[in-house]
Amino acid sequence: MALTGIQIFKLLPKTNCGECKFPTCLAFAMGLAAAKAELDACPHVSDEARDQLSDASAPPIRQVSIGTGDYGIKIGGETVMFRHEKTFFNKPGIAILITDNMDDDEVDKRFSKPGQFQYERVGLTLRPELFALKETGNKEKFLNMVKKACAEPYGIILISGDQAIMKEALEIAKDRKPLIYAATGANYEVFGMLAKEYACPLAVKGQGIEEVAGLTDKLTGMGLKDLVIDTSTRTLKESLHEQIIIRRAALLSKFKPLGFPTITFPCEMTGDVMKEALIASTFIANAGIIVLSDFSGESLFPLLLQRLNIYTDPQRPMTTKEGIYPINNPGEDSPVLVTCNFSLTYFIVSGEIENSRVPAWLCVMDTEGLSVMTAWAAGKFVGDTVGAFIKKCDITEKIMHKKVIIPGYSAAILGDLEEELPGWEILIGPREAAHLPAYLKTWKP
Amino acid sequence: MAFEIPKIKYTGRIKEVTIGTGPGAIKIGGESCYPFYVFEGEMPNPPKVAFEVWDYEPQDWQEWAVEPFKDVIKDPVAWAKKCIDVYGAELIALQLKSADPNGMDRDVEEVVAVVKNVVEAIAVPLIVWGTANDEKDATLLRRVTEVCEGKNVAIGPVAEKNYKQIGAMAIGYNQIVMASTPIDVNLAKQLNILLGNLGVPDEKIVVDPTTGGLGYGLEYTYSVIERDRMAALTQEDAKLQYPVICNLAHEVWKTRETRLTKEEDPKLGDEKKRSILMEAITAMSLLMAGADIVVMRHPDSIALIKDMIGELTK
Repeated sequence: MALTGIQIFKLLPKTNCGECKFPTCLAFAMGLAAAKAELDACPHVSDEARDQLSDASAPPIRQVSIGTGDYGIKIGGETVMFRHEKTFFNKPGIAILITDNMDDDEVDKRFSKPGQFQYERVGLTLRPELFALKETGNKEKFLNMVKKACAEPYGIILISGDQAIMKEALEIAKDRKPLIYAATGANYEVFGMLAKEYACPLAVKGQGIEEVAGLTDKLTGMGLKDLVIDTSTRTLKESLHEQIIIRRAALLSKFKPLGFPTITFPCEMTGDVMKEALIASTFIANAGIIVLSDFSGESLFPLLLQRLNIYTDPQRPMTTKEGIYPINNPGEDSPVLVTCNFSLTYFIVSGEIENSRVPAWLCVMDTEGLSVMTAWAAGKFVGDTVGAFIKKCDITEKIMHKKVIIPGYSAAILGDLEEELPGWEILIGPREAAHLPAYLKTWKP
Repeated sequence: MAFEIPKIKYTGRIKEVTIGTGPGAIKIGGESCYPFYVFEGEMPNPPKVAFEVWDYEPQDWQEWAVEPFKDVIKDPVAWAKKCIDVYGAELIALQLKSADPNGMDRDVEEVVAVVKNVVEAIAVPLIVWGTANDEKDATLLRRVTEVCEGKNVAIGPVAEKNYKQIGAMAIGYNQIVMASTPIDVNLAKQLNILLGNLGVPDEKIVVDPTTGGLGYGLEYTYSVIERDRMAALTQEDAKLQYPVICNLAHEVWKTRETRLTKEEDPKLGDEKKRSILMEAITAMSLLMAGADIVVMRHPDSIALIKDMIGELTK
């Protein structure tokens, strides 16, 4: 049961020392009650009070870590239903299924896939993170797969209903903090003990929401905290509804037994790989883990892009840092383009320049995140300001010519800019970024 | 463990809009819950997919996008008919690309003749999408409202700068307007109010929030539609209770990731399947946010999306 701000306040030191960055203990208590502060920010709270408060200060959806190192991921920890209400924090982990009934070549191929399908996208790397290793009766091979997986940097999900095999697998993989899949109504006590013994996160599989809630309740009673939910539902419509209901129960009703991230299995919902990708796309906003039957560039890349889009923080000012961006290794004879710092503009323009394969300098001017047209209308992307920016941005030290290309939509600033930059030739580029490759191919210094 | 499904109290409903006439007419809107949340409300009219048809032969389409239409791509009427007869289209979106002043800049009357031919040749409802150049559209789309008289077509994009000209004609000829604003809930609301003040009836407005493709601003459109629906359904914002259309085909198919072949970038996989999934995942994301119509290109991505809509609304 969540505590009120006043109830929390009674448990705090009441010294108003301010070390938590709140002016008073009461303000801090109110922040905790509204989930806008973390209890760890208070260095003076007693252990006794900490225990009592952990309930009230815990995030409504548990944040669970799987794996270690570079590829260790955090799932859950979300605080809103819709991304525009704040942001989504932890993108779902994407896993490739590898089973002990696949032939050795296939298994090896799959182990190499997460490394193979990584995509650079303007300063970011899009990549999958997890292996889902499934035991179907071939113990030797399964344990071999676990060993192989441990030689790779990616996170691991161990799938087996056999407690003895799971124990052996954990003995091999325990340092990698794999996700144990799964505790069920029939075995939760044993699997719960395994998760405790090896200090690994545990998936809980029940038939539907109610059974899962009952199981997580029992497991938390055993002292387990890092749980991941599977309701066993494998039909599209019902799964989607459950994903929404589980998140709502945790966030709106503060229903603790469902306050955990979920794991989904599009690989078990259709035999058609194209449809599987679409089913996966419906889970991107709500799931903690998405297990796919296989990885191929044509389906994984679009999903990674969608995940990137949905998990972009909408509160962050959508800007790119002002400065000179070299694209395709430009030199002193390369063209110079100037644009605004609305991140989407930067992203599209730099993408098209990259696409053109023409080496170029892209000068991004701070327009406070406004697009070219809006910045022009607001007087922020006009002859005076663009001219002053070109003069101060040091581009002249990188080039031998004196030519600058302005966006087609800002053609109106040409006259003013010429006055501002005497001796420069101002070229009017295309209106649409899509026309940049054709335009740049005609470039002569 | 006793568990009660936490439900949201919806206070609003999206208005219903009928496009077309006669037995082929389709109805969109009418939702009383968030998209596909049918465990707590109604979605009486499942979202629809419109097949796009261009008014002239596209010059820069990928081979794998042209392929399903290669026998008809020079003839908008034959193209539209193939979409209906072969691929089962229930709705056609005619894109007046050739009129674009930044492109071919074809004469208004020539383009209007194409619209007339198409609207007279097909029995399914028609959407007519202009150039998004306010001045050209003011002339062009006014004429479109005339030549489509009696067909109850959806015409747009209608923007703040030309809503009076196009809106007045739409009222006169009883057509539907697609109110277009640049990814902003307040601007969308304002244009809806302006259209209402002009006299456009509620059941003749569809909202175009401006669409970004996968990897190119999809998240902006996604969140604007979600905010739109939240205001419409839970905050009784009557001036946002309209169906939403996303004209996504061109936004997806113009990107470099739908153009690169597997040979050029092996990691991206098969170019045809990848492009189809990029289009389908863009559409799926927008439908999950609340789109009522998605305008799409490839018959395979459309088949995938229709299958998904079917399962989610059955």
